[in-house]
Amino acid sequence: METPAPSLPHLHINQLTKLFGGLKAVSEFCIEVPEGGLYGLIGPNGAGKTTVFNMITGVYQPTEGTILLEDSSLVGLEPQVITQMGVARTFQNIRLFQNLSVLDNVRIAYHLHIGYNLIEAMSHLGRFRAQERVQSDRAQDFLEVFNLLNRRDEIAKNLPYGEQRRLEIARALATEPRLLLLDEPAAGMNPTETDNLMELIHFIRDRFKLTILLIEHQMRVVMGICEWITVMDFGQVIARGTARDIQSDERVIEAYLGKRLIRGL
Amino acid sequence: MKLTWLRLPLKVIAWVVYMLLAAGIVYGVIGLIRLNGPVFFLQAVLDGLKLGFVYALIALGYTMVYGIVRLINFAHCDVFMVGSFASYYAITRFGWGFIPAILLAMLICVLLNITIERIAYKPLRDAPRITSLITAIGVSFFLEYFTALKFVFGADFITYKRPFEVVVWDIGGVLLTNITVIIAGVTLLLLILLLYVINQTKVGTAMRATSMDKSAARLMGINIDGVITLTFAIGAALAGAGGVLYAIAFPQIWTFMGIMPGLKAFVAAVLGGIGNITGAVVGSLLMGEIEVLTVSFLPIGSRLRDLVAFLVLIIVFLVKPTGILGEPQVEKV
Amino acid sequence: MQVLRRIPSWLTTAIVAVLVFFLVYIANATRLITPYVYIVTELAGIAAISALGLNLIYGFNGQFSLGHIGFYAIGAYSSALITKDFVSRWSGGQFTAFSWLLAGIICMVLVLQSFKWLHLGSMRKRLVNNLSYLKPYEQMILVAIVMIAIAAVILATGAAAAWLLQKGLNIVLSVTIPALPAVVSKNLMLLLGLLTGASLAALVAYLVGLPLLRLSSDYFGIATLGFAIVVYTLLQNSDLVIATMKGARGMVEIPRWTNWTWVFLLLLVSVIVMRNLIHSSHGRAILSVREDNVAAKAMGIDTTQSKVLAFTIGGFYAGIAGGLYAHLQGFLHPSTFDFVRGFDPLIIIVFGGLGSMTGTLVASALFSIIIEGLRVILPQGFEDWRFVIYPILLLIIMLLRQRGLLGSVEWGWLNAPYVPVRDIPLASGVDGANSGEEV
Repeated sequence: METPAPSLPHLHINQLTKLFGGLKAVSEFCIEVPEGGLYGLIGPNGAGKTTVFNMITGVYQPTEGTILLEDSSLVGLEPQVITQMGVARTFQNIRLFQNLSVLDNVRIAYHLHIGYNLIEAMSHLGRFRAQERVQSDRAQDFLEVFNLLNRRDEIAKNLPYGEQRRLEIARALATEPRLLLLDEPAAGMNPTETDNLMELIHFIRDRFKLTILLIEHQMRVVMGICEWITVMDFGQVIARGTARDIQSDERVIEAYLGKRLIRGL
Repeated sequence: MKLTWLRLPLKVIAWVVYMLLAAGIVYGVIGLIRLNGPVFFLQAVLDGLKLGFVYALIALGYTMVYGIVRLINFAHCDVFMVGSFASYYAITRFGWGFIPAILLAMLICVLLNITIERIAYKPLRDAPRITSLITAIGVSFFLEYFTALKFVFGADFITYKRPFEVVVWDIGGVLLTNITVIIAGVTLLLLILLLYVINQTKVGTAMRATSMDKSAARLMGINIDGVITLTFAIGAALAGAGGVLYAIAFPQIWTFMGIMPGLKAFVAAVLGGIGNITGAVVGSLLMGEIEVLTVSFLPIGSRLRDLVAFLVLIIVFLVKPTGILGEPQVEKV
Repeated sequence: MQVLRRIPSWLTTAIVAVLVFFLVYIANATRLITPYVYIVTELAGIAAISALGLNLIYGFNGQFSLGHIGFYAIGAYSSALITKDFVSRWSGGQFTAFSWLLAGIICMVLVLQSFKWLHLGSMRKRLVNNLSYLKPYEQMILVAIVMIAIAAVILATGAAAAWLLQKGLNIVLSVTIPALPAVVSKNLMLLLGLLTGASLAALVAYLVGLPLLRLSSDYFGIATLGFAIVVYTLLQNSDLVIATMKGARGMVEIPRWTNWTWVFLLLLVSVIVMRNLIHSSHGRAILSVREDNVAAKAMGIDTTQSKVLAFTIGGFYAGIAGGLYAHLQGFLHPSTFDFVRGFDPLIIIVFGGLGSMTGTLVASALFSIIIEGLRVILPQGFEDWRFVIYPILLLIIMLLRQRGLLGSVEWGWLNAPYVPVRDIPLASGVDGANSGEEV
């Protein structure tokens, strides 16, 4: 695994800090994610990883610090604007549209590039039919790629857990992002499912030409696919490097890896 | 083009605005006091407190039930009404005095509310919240219309008979009645009792724990059903007392009497921060004052009394949605 | 049976609709049903339109609004003012109220649009950024002055435009409408009155919704309840502003032009539009907000815009229903619009199943049948028992069917249109069975 290329990084975060009242959830967090990179963010529970994600995606406003997507600042923007700029994410506790169908979950992504106006929507005339057809076809193609087409009309909450995770990732990708943030995508998965997930992530990165930043606990996943890893604890960065570097870092072992290291490899 | 030359004029404007605001508030208050004389003003403030205390007794029931089961108990105001009627019959039919009557009212309301909770709310505890809400509305309608039937309380306005003679003291022009004293006294007594129970007893701690996290409380061995029933019971007792006091202060009772005071008490609870006991009291006193001051000082105040109260609510909502003493609910993402 | 399965859903639904229309129409024309039953049917239809609006706001969009009756009232009173003008010239002219209201609405919309075009929201941020060399309170004052100045200019222009537009409309209408045959002008004025009343309701919904929709569910309910009470109180005191509204005594002599045809047609259009809307991208966005606001934003949906859209359209529906009601009764009394009556549409949509249009329609019919039917069934002197039995029935239904009669099920054409399956597979995916394939 190589060190990140020195060109303009896809995502550049500097001195990111978040205070909740007196609690410093994130403290001077810095990261540089190269274009097309597969980057991991790990650390024990409560280290502040999801808070970083939430600040990148605009759910929380940082107390201090900068977040740059290439050369545009993401600070102060609404979450939907950030998504429109090409940043998509999944959530730690899956946040699907529970009572909508699998197909509709994906079709929501296309509201951004909708081809008809409200009047046409209320009358089902004009460009409506053609555009709906286009959207449905695109959504179904997408589902096909993720092997979910046969579940098209299922209500999302009725899907088995693994498929729900896959749907959430597929849904995020339907927004055509350039940067994808995955929050513990392997949570609750058995080893086989985790292997499939790892393949999926590689496939996504190559097929869709994305930059991926992922939070994960499971060492197998992180070591297996991440090119570059940042380790957090108590809101701060405690180590950076490749999988090899991290494994042997004293501070990381002390904070987090410990016994896991031996089991995970 | 740097506009630094605007610095001075802007500073001047800022100071002028601040001065005007401060002067406005000061002159406004002084003007109110001087409008009809300080006696009138103090009288209005006193009457506002009287109303506020009664609202507080009702508001506490709303806020406690909401805190523990996240239900807006629309039927609460009708329990309040039953309290008034229960005491009315105790006083007129059986010649009871004030204290026995109010205790009876509280007891009947407690029994009524516990029954309602068991029949209508408990089975729906795991149902979508809106179902419980609609049920509460249904219970409210039922109580109002059933008691309006001829063989129950009847649909007419009834003049309430006070269980004691009204005594008026003239303190420098301000009229203080024993009604106000009794209302203040009873309310404060019940409040102290409530705060003691909530903060110093084991049950109170159980109630607070349940309102924070029901499943965790259950895991700690707390009898959730018991706690919820107790909450409804306490709320009902307070509402029953409130009903008696309200009837003493405004001696016209009818089966739909609870709707408006109930709504205002609920708004007061929200104003102070729903789920917050101190907030309910603060909000109620505020609502009482606003209402009485509006009626006393605005030319068409009596026609606008409800409007002003709700405008205040909407304004507070836009500024601090969780209420004056409320805590912001952070959603974990 | 084979044939029945092939009948397209729109056809079965259309047949049912036509049947319902003619059943009532003929039954009334031939006096098969009493005028009382006829009115109850019309009221059921009106309740359905209003409930459909609330179903969009709460059932589909998940925003708990208790203020629906406020918009119903706005639609009722404003449409009544327009038609009363036409019939009795209470304002001095036949079209004064109408042209003022219409001009006012149009210009207000233009003013709001220009605020949007100027990006007044982000203008504040940009101004602050450019003035970063000043102290915060100085920035605040300068920005406030600039923005107030701009807003004042736009509003003044809008007011002037409204005045001009009003004059023009009045002239045009005074010439064209009286030239039409009486039947046409009467129905035309009714339609124009209804649409204008509903548009005013929608406009108020837009203005009220913008600040309130960022409140969370319960607080939003309470705030909208407050709005309904504010409207109610204003109506009670309306005689201070517009004499003919007569405040608490009630507005009278409204032309009774509503008939079953109007109710049915407007209900039909309402259902069609609602069904189309919810089965479109805008509709899916509205649903996504109900499902998960955070996730919807993460998908790029402007959730505030969706909420405001649903709230505005819902307000429009309430306005139409209110207008029809006003022209059915012939008089309007503020007590009809107090917040307790405002629970009716809420009860209907929960009873029928939140988020089901079919459920709303069925529940509206049942609701009227139960309330009025009980009046007929109960022996003389026991009519008051209606409101004792109806809540008991409601309680029983809620305890037995917690998700309402139809849950979220739709029937016939109201269902989502079938999405043709894409049968030309593109590159296969990774995962499960396909893991070996080349991509």
